Amino acid sequence: MIGMRRRRREQEEAPGGLLSYNDWDRVGVRWTVGPAQGLLLALLFVIGLGPILWLAKGAVTPTIDTLRNPLAFFPHGVAWSNLSEAWTRVDVGRYFWNTVVLAFGSWLCQIVVATTGAYALSVLRPRWGKYVYALILVTLFVPLVVLIVPLYIEIVHPPLIHHSFAESYWAIWLPAGASAFNVVIMKRFFDNLPRELFEAARIDGAGPVRLFFSIVLPLSKPILGVVSIFAILAEWRNFLWPFLVLSNSPDRQPLSVRLPAIQAQTQLGVLLASMLIAALVPILGFLFFQRSFLRGQGFGGALKG
Amino acid sequence: MEGASATARDVPVDPIDVISGETATASEVVVGSAVAVPEERVRRTPLTWVRGGGAAALLFALPMLLVFTAFSWYPIVRLVVLSLQNTNLVDPPTWAGLQNFSDVIHDPLFMTAVRNTAYFALLALLFGYPIPLVAAVLISESRRFRGVYAALAYLPVVIPPVVSVMLWKYVFYEPSSVGLFNTVLGWVHLGPYGWLQTTGTAMPALVVESTWANAGATVIIYLAALTAVDADLYDAASVDGAGLFKKIWHVTLPQIRGVLLVTLMLQIIGTAQVFLEPYLFTSGGPANATLTVLLLVYQYAFGNSVGVGFGQAAALSLMLAGFLALFSLAFWRLTRSWSTT
Repeated sequence: MIGMRRRRREQEEAPGGLLSYNDWDRVGVRWTVGPAQGLLLALLFVIGLGPILWLAKGAVTPTIDTLRNPLAFFPHGVAWSNLSEAWTRVDVGRYFWNTVVLAFGSWLCQIVVATTGAYALSVLRPRWGKYVYALILVTLFVPLVVLIVPLYIEIVHPPLIHHSFAESYWAIWLPAGASAFNVVIMKRFFDNLPRELFEAARIDGAGPVRLFFSIVLPLSKPILGVVSIFAILAEWRNFLWPFLVLSNSPDRQPLSVRLPAIQAQTQLGVLLASMLIAALVPILGFLFFQRSFLRGQGFGGALKG
Repeated sequence: MEGASATARDVPVDPIDVISGETATASEVVVGSAVAVPEERVRRTPLTWVRGGGAAALLFALPMLLVFTAFSWYPIVRLVVLSLQNTNLVDPPTWAGLQNFSDVIHDPLFMTAVRNTAYFALLALLFGYPIPLVAAVLISESRRFRGVYAALAYLPVVIPPVVSVMLWKYVFYEPSSVGLFNTVLGWVHLGPYGWLQTTGTAMPALVVESTWANAGATVIIYLAALTAVDADLYDAASVDGAGLFKKIWHVTLPQIRGVLLVTLMLQIIGTAQVFLEPYLFTSGGPANATLTVLLLVYQYAFGNSVGVGFGQAAALSLMLAGFLALFSLAFWRLTRSWSTT
């Protein structure tokens, strides 16, 4: 702990370490790196924030103004009606709710599969565990998109069950659970939990179920948070799969599928308002949970694997 | 469930458990006999399996086993089978040998799609590989605004891709003079240009949007890697008289080369699967200039009437998956000795 604090102070003093204080004192460095950073900050504002601010502006600007001059700043006032019209008349409210339900179900399925599965592999360690884990690792090398054809056929004509799951949310919730990435990072986290705790719990008479709910899950809050954020975000972004399996029921489709479909019959201002509504949840989630995103934990766990 | 939990602690994995087993009355016999007669322990019956926690492990693993069987392992096998069959969801499938593969390879669109995908990947590397690195190096030198920089760079990544593509398509790339880019160029009396409607600019336009939408994630990975570089190495280089660029070349880049290689590989794998941008921006046009491999898979499977081209779609998917697997393996082999990790 003390070491960490000391290191943080050092980082504050000499940020990246690439340039020391002596370097910063040199005129040449100050006159090249300083402006380069200023330029980068300006560019990042324009490139990173600019399009989102423009979208926010366009969402409450009368369509006619946006069409006449996209860079003008509210020449004829604000059209808040775009947002309400999008929410009610274009039914964005309903599609928003669909997206929430889809994201929640996918999240639940992913969490249940990843926690119980990783618990079995990491803590209970059955004999066959290493073979199952190897088979799961193999699927990391098979990108999900190459499986759309067999998955689609399986959803429409499932083996054993003679009932099509197309147009049902189960067709999206259940396949979301088969995420090797989740199982891998969850198992790696469980592997690093102190096994003495498990032994102590066992001596005190805790069975596997008790151990799971009372010891392992409470200790795993950080990784559960990370997996949850990425699971919900992934479903919010998902396009191709819901587009395929919900193709015949527009009323049940999520925002990402509906937005391109309503584009042709919707005037630009209302369309931009709909797009802003769709982007708002991920943006707010990012601002709220910035740490989880920017620590790169979700990637780091996979990269080191 | 309750029975399994009550007996699972009796599994004799280490001394502590044996002790706990001896104090528990029910399992005493099992553990005791295991110590006395080794052969007895080797013989496994369903009862010892349940007592040893096997049932609990299986029950806990069950959701994972079911979901992965149904939606990962079985579809992988099914993909291979489909690629060797004529399927149309109505008639019973018939075996087709390698006919689907031959159909795909002899389709003139196949080479177009491969070329376009390679072109997309190449442009994405040119645009998207150096920029995040330069940005990350500059950001990591910032004393106060590192968090702001990182958040700004990452912001486009969190916007849903469909929203990003539509914003770029209907506002930025709008071909008439009121498109955002055309408005800006209009100030210096250029254009208007049909960015997505011209064969030469369509693909670069897609790559620019895709780089904007994805580069932030790479910046974050580099930033994490840069904080791990030992500051003493920089000091040592300074003592030896190295300037800024020498330090970057001789210390920074070699120190993060493992991460550089991984992001390179991930980016190539990611761009080989590009679908959303060409599908929503251009549907593969104009004149198939943005037709990518996955878009061709989609067109085979769902393009005309659903089901007609499932065999070809499966064959092409399998070829893509095989290529990506071989690529990862070759990349890993070639760079293994070169990497830090």
